[in-house]
Amino acid sequence: MGVEGIGASVVRKEDKRFITGKGRYVDDVKLVGMTHAHFVRSPHAHARVKSIDSAAAAQMPGVIAVLTGSELVADKIGNLICGWAITSKDGSPMKMGAWPAMAPETVRFVGQAVAVVIAETKNQARDAAEAVAVDYEELPVVADIKAAIAPGAVQLHPEAPGNVIYDWHIGDQGATDAAFKSAANVVSLDVVNNRLVPNAMEPRAAVADYDTAEEHYTLYTTSQNPHVARLVLSAFYNVAPEHKLRVIAPDVGGGFGSKIYIYPEEMVALWASKKVSRPVKWTGDRSEAFLTDAHGRDHLTHAEMAFDKDNKITGLRVKTHANLGAYMSLFSSSVPTYLYATLLSGQYNIPAIYAEVMTVYTNTTPVDAYRGAGRPEASYLLERMLETAARQLNVDPAELRRKNFITQFPHQTPVIMAYDVGDFNASLDSAMKAIDYAGFPARKAKAKSEGKLRGIGLSCYIEACGIAPSKAVGSLGAGVGLWESAEVRVNPVGTIEVLTGSHSHGQGHETVFAQLIAERLGISINQVQIVHGDTDKVQFGMGTYGSRSAAVGLTAILKAMEKVEAKAKKIAAHQLEASEGDIVIENGEFKVTGTDKSIVLPMVALAAYTAHNLPDGMEPGLKESAFYDPTNFTFPAGTYICELEVDPGTGKTSFVNFVAADDFGRLLNPMIVEGQVHGGLAQGIGQALLEHAVFDVNGQPVTASFMDYTMPRADDLPSFKLSHTTTLCPGNPLGVKGCGEAGAIGSSAAVINAITDAIGHNKLEMPATPDRVWHAIHG
Amino acid sequence: MSTIKLTVNGKAVSAEVEDRTLLVNLLRDHLNLTGTHVGCDTSQCGACTVHIDGQAVKSCTVLAGQANGSSVTTIEGIAKGDELHPMQAAFRDNHGLQCGFCTPGMIMSAIGIVHRHGGNLDEATVRHELEGNICRCTGYHNIVRAVLDAASRMKVAQAAE
Repeated sequence: MGVEGIGASVVRKEDKRFITGKGRYVDDVKLVGMTHAHFVRSPHAHARVKSIDSAAAAQMPGVIAVLTGSELVADKIGNLICGWAITSKDGSPMKMGAWPAMAPETVRFVGQAVAVVIAETKNQARDAAEAVAVDYEELPVVADIKAAIAPGAVQLHPEAPGNVIYDWHIGDQGATDAAFKSAANVVSLDVVNNRLVPNAMEPRAAVADYDTAEEHYTLYTTSQNPHVARLVLSAFYNVAPEHKLRVIAPDVGGGFGSKIYIYPEEMVALWASKKVSRPVKWTGDRSEAFLTDAHGRDHLTHAEMAFDKDNKITGLRVKTHANLGAYMSLFSSSVPTYLYATLLSGQYNIPAIYAEVMTVYTNTTPVDAYRGAGRPEASYLLERMLETAARQLNVDPAELRRKNFITQFPHQTPVIMAYDVGDFNASLDSAMKAIDYAGFPARKAKAKSEGKLRGIGLSCYIEACGIAPSKAVGSLGAGVGLWESAEVRVNPVGTIEVLTGSHSHGQGHETVFAQLIAERLGISINQVQIVHGDTDKVQFGMGTYGSRSAAVGLTAILKAMEKVEAKAKKIAAHQLEASEGDIVIENGEFKVTGTDKSIVLPMVALAAYTAHNLPDGMEPGLKESAFYDPTNFTFPAGTYICELEVDPGTGKTSFVNFVAADDFGRLLNPMIVEGQVHGGLAQGIGQALLEHAVFDVNGQPVTASFMDYTMPRADDLPSFKLSHTTTLCPGNPLGVKGCGEAGAIGSSAAVINAITDAIGHNKLEMPATPDRVWHAIHG
Repeated sequence: MSTIKLTVNGKAVSAEVEDRTLLVNLLRDHLNLTGTHVGCDTSQCGACTVHIDGQAVKSCTVLAGQANGSSVTTIEGIAKGDELHPMQAAFRDNHGLQCGFCTPGMIMSAIGIVHRHGGNLDEATVRHELEGNICRCTGYHNIVRAVLDAASRMKVAQAAE
């Protein structure tokens, strides 16, 4: 490892612009002649749009146009789609209701757009939007899962009888039933996985620019995957043809999944820029983010686990209802199915699993992938189940887990996933040591003497990253392939540009990806520029989500780099009159082994471009590209342990210690990896203690601002103690697994298990607010 | 409409703005100082924090007119040429930022914290004082380390002056 190579905690190249205020986010983009959009949104959760009167608004100062859903229909703009097909138990396809970008007839959640005002200034657009008179006929509302599936519930979409989108299952029902019949003990548990709002700090935004002469569109947008946005906007929404659409995702202020999807507002801005023949900017405010960014989680689950007389798990039965909101967002269908139920084996050897998942429509904001996406729900369920079982079976929770750990790899679970490698005992040991697990009973007793209830909670998570072999996801219903692409360009002066289809919105790719090049060539990361987020520059890309950028995106760069190195070695050998097999690359030079002959990288590059003296038949230039499709998911895993105290007088919890022991395979930049873990832990702890997106029975959101929705703040959280154990991922040449979501996946169960340990029973749901905890203690 | 005259990052500026214009919009839209960000609409997130006459203030809670005649410092105005402010350097060195969106407000708030507390900062104080700034990426762990690091760097710098 060089000082800037793989494994070094290099400070980030991108930081200078962020700490000096020179970051360039979408709302910072200003174009000549730019107009501003403001949307007219439904105040009702379910209503028929009887009429829209925009006459008064159209006369207001600065107003250029007021556009409605019927004009979208007239222009043959397509409905929003869900791109992952799920098939129900009975063989029928999922029931997708139509989702127009602006509702021409029916609104199904509070905040759904019905019209947009385009004006000279943002304030003028906002003022005029207030003057658009929409006449609604209110309809009955279903605001949660139970209401949606109740007999006689109002139907949201004619396509989905009973508001059911699909009723899906996985696993072997017969084998699972048999396991329960012969079980020595059965443990059952009901859990709620609370709905969350992603709340990336930068609200979504779009600047759309239509060039009337070239009939060409440019869209600056807050996207985790600009190429996917271009594909969907052209192929499915019919807004612009793909070769006439450039999508640029510049600096993006966090995503956490919420910026994967192509939303109505961005699509309308693009369409409107042609309607008014001027650039159109829309920047969402935080209220709009709460109303319209795809939410996360929202599951109700009943589960049972069967044990034999030796406390070995013999079966798991799960029934989950998931709320997908009013419409099916882009990847919503995959989250409670293939990203959730396939992880239900956890770190455990479970011979038989059967899971059923029913998804429903409700009059709420659409739900899709949010950091972890299905895997936090699986991990939370399993780890609460193991904790509950340990107490019911009267065994130590760590020992019950250890007894059931998978220890032989590869391991085929009963729910599709084939774990390639891992060492679950190692991470459990590391976490137990870090928190002094053995000393806990004494600490608990001491706390008790001081009037405090102390608890300790474990969570041994596993997740699947690096989504994934295109052939495999295709067979499961995915509408896209999930490879990644990269291009490595060595310039004639020897500097290097790497163009990647991954997108960095906080992950530090500009540094980590450059570290790989520095490592391979023995040069400084300052000679390397990482280019991403622009469909006119980067050949293609599937973007960043599911912790895939290192395992898939960086491997694509490595594959392109290997081609560059092979060609460069041929050129160097030719120049040095040596055999290609004798050329090694060290410290930015191509050397002939065993001699003092060498040629520096810039001279090799120059030779490639002058092309005066290349091997016979070789094309000029030094630039290669690669598409990389992985052979399997990767499987990060680890143990989190939380120790905390509950004040029985107030129900308030205070952290004593939080330790995380993760196995992410090879660490590319430990500083960045730890930062990813910290952020994930905060989101998981936020779910456990603070965050909850609440709708009342009328479908009105009651937590739609930072005044009402409790975001984790600095004094809500402890400092974290992290450690790492390592088993290298055999599925990619870098040995990396992925670290972006683990914290959010594993931490919520550790917190709740600690509180339930403290209060002595497990009747507690997230978020465990002081009010809920107090009532759990005092009844 | 009103004419607002103020000093921003040491330079006298004036702008003709609607009376309802917030200071943050004056900075971003009229003066092109886009380092100051808007992350919410309820004065909760702190991404818009600037200094007005040396005090850390959320610029979304101040009308541009209220800042008339004052001296405003933004994230663009705290480095001395190529020399970063110690707080900026500490955020970089401690990996106190990821997506960078909350960062300008965090840095401006954090400088205010150090100014108010001098060298008498500990983790609990920093965490409490950062309550008005929301970060979704870092879990605050490295932000807290950065502020404590910067506090000692600023103390050293002050002692040297």
